[in-house]
Amino acid sequence: MPNLSATQNHEDPRGPKPRKILSRRNIILYGTLIFVAIYYLIPLYVMIVTSLKGMPEIRLGNIFSPPIEVTFEPWVKAWSQACTGLNCDGLSRGFWNSVKITIPSVFVSIAIASINGYALANWRFKGANLFFTILIFGAFIPYQIMIYPLVILLRDLGLYTKLPGLILIHTIFGMPILTLLFRNYFTTIPEELFKAARVDGAGFWGIYFRIMMPMSLPIFAVAIVLQVTGIWNDFLFGVIYTKPANYPMTVQLNNIVNSVQGVKEYNVNMAATLLTGLVPLAIYFISGKLFVRGIAAGAVKG
Amino acid sequence: MNSIEIKKLSLNFGEVVVLKDLNLTIEKGEFLVLLGASGCGKSTLLNCIAGLLDVTDGQVFINGQNVTWLEPSERGIGMVFQSYALYPQMTVEGNLSFSLKNAKLSKDEIEKRVQNASEILQIEDLLKRKPAALSGGQRQRVAIGRALVRDVEVFLFDEPLSNLDAKLRTDLRVEIKRLHQKLDNTMIYVTHDQIEAMTLANRIAIMRDGLILQLDDPKTIYNFPINKYVAEFIGSPGMNFLKGAILPNDKPIFKLDGGWCESPDLSNYKFQESIKTETQIWLGIRPESVAVGGEVKNMPVNFSLEVEVIEPMGADTLVWSQIGGQEFRFMVDGNTLVNVGDRVTVGFDPAHASIFDFDNEERL
Repeated sequence: MPNLSATQNHEDPRGPKPRKILSRRNIILYGTLIFVAIYYLIPLYVMIVTSLKGMPEIRLGNIFSPPIEVTFEPWVKAWSQACTGLNCDGLSRGFWNSVKITIPSVFVSIAIASINGYALANWRFKGANLFFTILIFGAFIPYQIMIYPLVILLRDLGLYTKLPGLILIHTIFGMPILTLLFRNYFTTIPEELFKAARVDGAGFWGIYFRIMMPMSLPIFAVAIVLQVTGIWNDFLFGVIYTKPANYPMTVQLNNIVNSVQGVKEYNVNMAATLLTGLVPLAIYFISGKLFVRGIAAGAVKG
Repeated sequence: MNSIEIKKLSLNFGEVVVLKDLNLTIEKGEFLVLLGASGCGKSTLLNCIAGLLDVTDGQVFINGQNVTWLEPSERGIGMVFQSYALYPQMTVEGNLSFSLKNAKLSKDEIEKRVQNASEILQIEDLLKRKPAALSGGQRQRVAIGRALVRDVEVFLFDEPLSNLDAKLRTDLRVEIKRLHQKLDNTMIYVTHDQIEAMTLANRIAIMRDGLILQLDDPKTIYNFPINKYVAEFIGSPGMNFLKGAILPNDKPIFKLDGGWCESPDLSNYKFQESIKTETQIWLGIRPESVAVGGEVKNMPVNFSLEVEVIEPMGADTLVWSQIGGQEFRFMVDGNTLVNVGDRVTVGFDPAHASIFDFDNEERL
């Protein structure tokens, strides 16, 4: 066999194909991703470093340089001393207002929307499609159109400028998209489960609480994330339907940052902004995994 | 006493008529199979009996009580679904006891019934598991158990074995039959599988387009199908249909389209009414009632064929052939040596054939 040695030198392909780590494909792929990530994170970096600097250091003008002397004073000031108009008790008041607005709004809107979605998906009552169409139609109307009528409505209800009024507004505006979310999720749950539960003697609420809800935790997580971020970040409704004592954190943040008197305290402004953004961020990190699962749940039947 | 009585039941989905003026009486302890192709209304009928669908017209009686307006849980039925429909977040025990908790039974009673059902179905070891940790067969057992614990008169099965593989299906089929023999409940079983229907049923109702075509015991349906559709549906491999005409001389003579050297005499066949004029017909012969070899000479009709394709199936071999340009299949013993191209003499007895009118396909 003359070419035996040749085949021995040259190994036959076997197992996984070897791949170069620094191939052109990888360089382009990772290069692009890293570039985009940095581009996106730079503003956040600037905010964090600025919030940790003292004013003299900021006046030097190097916004990208890390703080020479790390100080948390801007954070403390933003939380408890920053002034909006005559009040100088910082963002803390706005924070607690936001908490008082967000928790009931999220709870009420999700409770109602999930029951809506459940009824629309499983109990096909007469006119269900019409109700659904009307509800979804609401999602396409710009909010701004409804602002003034709602002011009048709240005034007549005696809720204008009060927290319950704002909670009502958030609940109403969350309804179309949340109902759609829940209805679509519930329709992916096999109909036979629903039928089996009916044969087993569970009623409307029994099926909802004992069968549907335990099977839908991911979509509840999605709804909570959507609502908490949406309501916490809301500025427009907060500024329109409340008065200064009840302003949510976002409105207060705006008033601190945009106040025209005195020196612009960039470090305090940055710290205040970061503080305001912490809650949605925390929610995202806590529920991130569930969130992705819930988003993907509609796609795969199982 | 009648267990279930359905009177003039109709159901429409909007414009679509699914069930029309349907009447059905099922005796206590009977095993009735609703058989038909998909879309024939068999599952719909079962859902109407269960109360999961509102009927458009008509009445449903269970145990002599008019249940037309009652909720599914108040009808005294248990139901087993094709997809098992187990509650994924509950354990097997939770699944079994769910209905009992809804009915607010005492703890002892619930435990007793769950214990009893799990013994019958041999799922005692699985009680603490979640459905996801069960195999297909075990899941279906739990699903049957869920109907069993309710201690009901009537069991409804909606294609319970369709999601299982072939081996498990035959195993569970026998178990369902055993269960029926042990419990003696009324059972209604929906399937599109004619073998399940033949093996399980006391009576089979063959459905098509929302109507029951034939309601009889399996033997009658197999031997005397009332029309060509039923004849095609029951039996595997399917019946042969030879197109031709009957010439009513002193004896009814069959004339095959495409020719036949002899003129087979059909006088053994029991006609519903005697044939007076020349009539176009389908002559239906089951592959398994065709005789080969030594038995041929005892048969009133015999002829020879050329073998075209053979399908050995172990015990038997199915032979494909042609007569007068029309397809003709017959069974030979699995040990018989047949080769493609052989000429084989076969015969049949018209008494075991089925003859259908060519135009309306009804039995003659």
